[in-house]
Amino acid sequence: MSVLQEISPNVKNMKQLEFAILARRVNQIKEELRQGVRKSYKDVIDVSWGDPHRAGVKPLSFVRQVLAACLYPQLMNSDKLPVDVRQRAQKLLGGCDGGSVGSYTATTGISEIVSGISEFITKRDGGVPSYPENIYISSGSQWSLTNILKVLVNSEGSPRTGVLTPVPSHCTTTLSLMGLGAIIIPYYLNEEEGWELQIEELHRALESAKGICNPVALYIINPGNPTGHVQSRKSMQEVIRFTSEKKLFLLADEVYQNCVYRESSEFVSYKRVLAEMGPPLSDTLELASFHSASKGFMGECGLRGGYVELVNLDPDVMEYIYKLFSKDSCAPVTGQIALDLMMNPPQPGDPSYLIYYEETQNIKTMLVHNVKRALEVLNSLPGFCCQPVEGGAFAFPRLYLPPEAIQKAKEVGMQPDTFYCIRMLEEAGVLVSPGYEYGQKEGTHHIRFCIMTTVDTMEELLRRLSSFHTQFMKDFS
Amino acid sequence: MRERTLTMDTLNPQVKAVEYAVRGPIVLKAGDLERRLQQGDKQPFTEVIKANIGDAHAMGQQPITFLRQVVALCCFPELLDSPAFPDDAKQRAKRILQDCGGQSLGSYSASQGVECIRRDIADYITHRDQGVPSDWNNIYLTTGASDGIMSILKLLVSGQGSSRTGVMIPIPQYPLYSAAISELGAVQINYYLDEANCWALDIEELQRAYLTAKQHCQPRVLCIINPGNPTGQVQSKKCIEEVLHFAYEENLFVMADEVYQDNVYSSDCQFHSFKKVLCEMGPEYFNNVELASFHSTSKGYTGECGFRGGYMEVLNMDAQVKAQLIKLLSVRLCPPVSGQAAMNVIVNPPKVHEPSYAQFTKEKSSVLDALAHKANLTEQTLNSVPGIKCNPVQGAMYAFPQIFIPPRAIQEAQSLSIAPDMLYCLKLLEETGICVVPGSGFGQREGTYHFRMTILPNPEKLEILLEKLKKFHLRFLEEYSQQEPQITRTTEEQHRQKSKQPD
Repeated sequence: MSVLQEISPNVKNMKQLEFAILARRVNQIKEELRQGVRKSYKDVIDVSWGDPHRAGVKPLSFVRQVLAACLYPQLMNSDKLPVDVRQRAQKLLGGCDGGSVGSYTATTGISEIVSGISEFITKRDGGVPSYPENIYISSGSQWSLTNILKVLVNSEGSPRTGVLTPVPSHCTTTLSLMGLGAIIIPYYLNEEEGWELQIEELHRALESAKGICNPVALYIINPGNPTGHVQSRKSMQEVIRFTSEKKLFLLADEVYQNCVYRESSEFVSYKRVLAEMGPPLSDTLELASFHSASKGFMGECGLRGGYVELVNLDPDVMEYIYKLFSKDSCAPVTGQIALDLMMNPPQPGDPSYLIYYEETQNIKTMLVHNVKRALEVLNSLPGFCCQPVEGGAFAFPRLYLPPEAIQKAKEVGMQPDTFYCIRMLEEAGVLVSPGYEYGQKEGTHHIRFCIMTTVDTMEELLRRLSSFHTQFMKDFS
Repeated sequence: MRERTLTMDTLNPQVKAVEYAVRGPIVLKAGDLERRLQQGDKQPFTEVIKANIGDAHAMGQQPITFLRQVVALCCFPELLDSPAFPDDAKQRAKRILQDCGGQSLGSYSASQGVECIRRDIADYITHRDQGVPSDWNNIYLTTGASDGIMSILKLLVSGQGSSRTGVMIPIPQYPLYSAAISELGAVQINYYLDEANCWALDIEELQRAYLTAKQHCQPRVLCIINPGNPTGQVQSKKCIEEVLHFAYEENLFVMADEVYQDNVYSSDCQFHSFKKVLCEMGPEYFNNVELASFHSTSKGYTGECGFRGGYMEVLNMDAQVKAQLIKLLSVRLCPPVSGQAAMNVIVNPPKVHEPSYAQFTKEKSSVLDALAHKANLTEQTLNSVPGIKCNPVQGAMYAFPQIFIPPRAIQEAQSLSIAPDMLYCLKLLEETGICVVPGSGFGQREGTYHFRMTILPNPEKLEILLEKLKKFHLRFLEEYSQQEPQITRTTEEQHRQKSKQPD
């Protein structure tokens, strides 16, 4: 039998998520609830994922109608579905071999959909041209990111490849890097300044890598996960200059680009900022930007639709990237369709437009409301301090734990914020994730929870959280 | 111009070796020709026939109604109120949605997959294997079978130099395996299937390959595809036993790619799952041999490639190793939930008493009968062509005939730095519009040449394809047999090999 020592060292090095502990406990609690065990709550509110549907947000009608018609074209024979739904489904099926969503597609995606993405990007970036041949659709954006990392990371090389990654950062990317044998070079975001990225910190991080590894890329996520920070144009220009100067590859994870709440913040893409900075930077900086149908109003995480746009890459290298993607065959067609619907929603005048507009407006209002309420409540509770959530899917408040709580956590062999989360789960039926999972400055603690929930769920969540937190702080003072 | 960071010199060297012939250069060329045809360019043919990829729907096969109903219902639950959908489809959809976050297909599932689907898969396997128990905790949903295969390989590749993991693969093989091995920097260990014996697996050949490889690497994994791709052979029970016995003796992790388990055409053959055979060998084997078996929604009678649905069942994996596997799988978050739903329908089809049973059974039989007919037609027709010899297509979706390539053609290919069968396939494509994949993309014995074509085009198109192929082959033989080649050392070798080739 295979034993641990025979397992890939890169896989072993991937850190075990704290979440595993919480996942086990939540399954037990759900089972207990099912069996009628008495608790102070009748259901578990799970806001540990960036998963709006899980938290009760409904899918968009247009999206699901088009998908259903594509899956089961007989639906188009009746009048039950709006005309624009039927037309869109017909168009999409026309792009599928044999007119079926069950066919494989071209490696990079259905060509009409890929073109649609490049048109969307061009429009989004005020005319900065985007070319279909630089776009790859994949099963979620992380899949593309992993493929690009596979090309960048030389796991057998000496020195090993290093990639600059933010702290805090969501785990999937860091796990992916570890799994590929890359060295993570952390750069710390500045919590006191709303989780801003300071350029001096990038310099420091890069300097610290000297003699340890060969830095090849900078990974940045904007809007931030878990931080919710939306980068200013000025900051992005600094990052671009830095990346170019230090001969790094820029990996820009922009999956939350549709989730910006603050009036004063605005999402602008790295590609656009780069283009505006003009040559030579705009012609030379190698950039990969990622987007997904999992976030934003659609929240279709389970359909697995994401893409990468590659800018200024060596054409010979592009051939190898193609090969890597091709052995995975293609992205799931439902995910590709979801992307198309995201890029190309109903327009004013279309039969589905009114409902689409209403649904998306409701979600927008809901998100803005949730962010406001979450911040209000968190910042009113002693022991919590939350930076403004300008965008993204999460609140990431700082937790000031009493020394006794930290001590107790040590005794039971848990990270302090994991201990807090387990307690919250058991006593209040709320599942959030511990800051330790994302990386944080030594001695600080945080929790992360998704703010893409229904208004009612958010209110209930905040009520339970306040009540639990107050009790917890009392118990451990 | 600033030098790029990512160039051929700096990119991960392991990536450079990755090739995947099924979507390789010949397919790109076919796409090119297709576009040109659409733009009105004149070609010696009116359509490109893509017989390169195992994609049934692309070739006109119809989806199974029940499967599409269930997934449509999951996708748009308002349809649960519609009288147009049968109750059994609705019941399944409700059950799946119950286990999805927020009752939506759009929610991430656990990285191992939706629980009720995993349980259903375990029940299916138990039933398929006539009672051999399957534990749902050993079931992992995957993004197509490829995702599962890559993950297991990634987990198992370790060591340096002579202790580097060696992976035994059949030659010929489905090129995902060689691509994965290149990408992961593992050592590829070829064991040759026996063409003269219907592509049977010869245990002595396994042993030979193993012993030779042991000198420069640590063989850890044994991959086997049954029914075979590209070969189409269905392994006998005895053969499977021998393989498992060998794996037990040499402590190898067995990866059994069984995605074609529902595609068996020959009446002399039967699908035996590796797991069932292992169980029948007794507890010493059943409790010790590490076995991962893979299945998919892409093949069988459903042909749902675009859903990217699949699963693997992993037996006898050490608990600590399992924890590592789960960690690895979490990086891609979860497989597409629509694909998981499709997989659920495959393992939980309509039962005899249910409303959809009759239509489902009719559709399934229709697809499988058509495939069996086409397999037979292809085999017969190819064998009627001088210079082509095709082993029986016992299962899967392909024919992998051996072709005689005249020495002059071999020379020309060499001068162009391409494999002789690539030259053949390129000419076939250019002259007839038929796209098949050269045998060199799958591996073959030195000096032999093959191509892989699918048996998927509809019967009329398939007949046209075979007719054109026949004519092309005869032309090709004539064109290249006109002159005596120069006798060089290379051609002497080829003359020797020629005696092994069909006439």
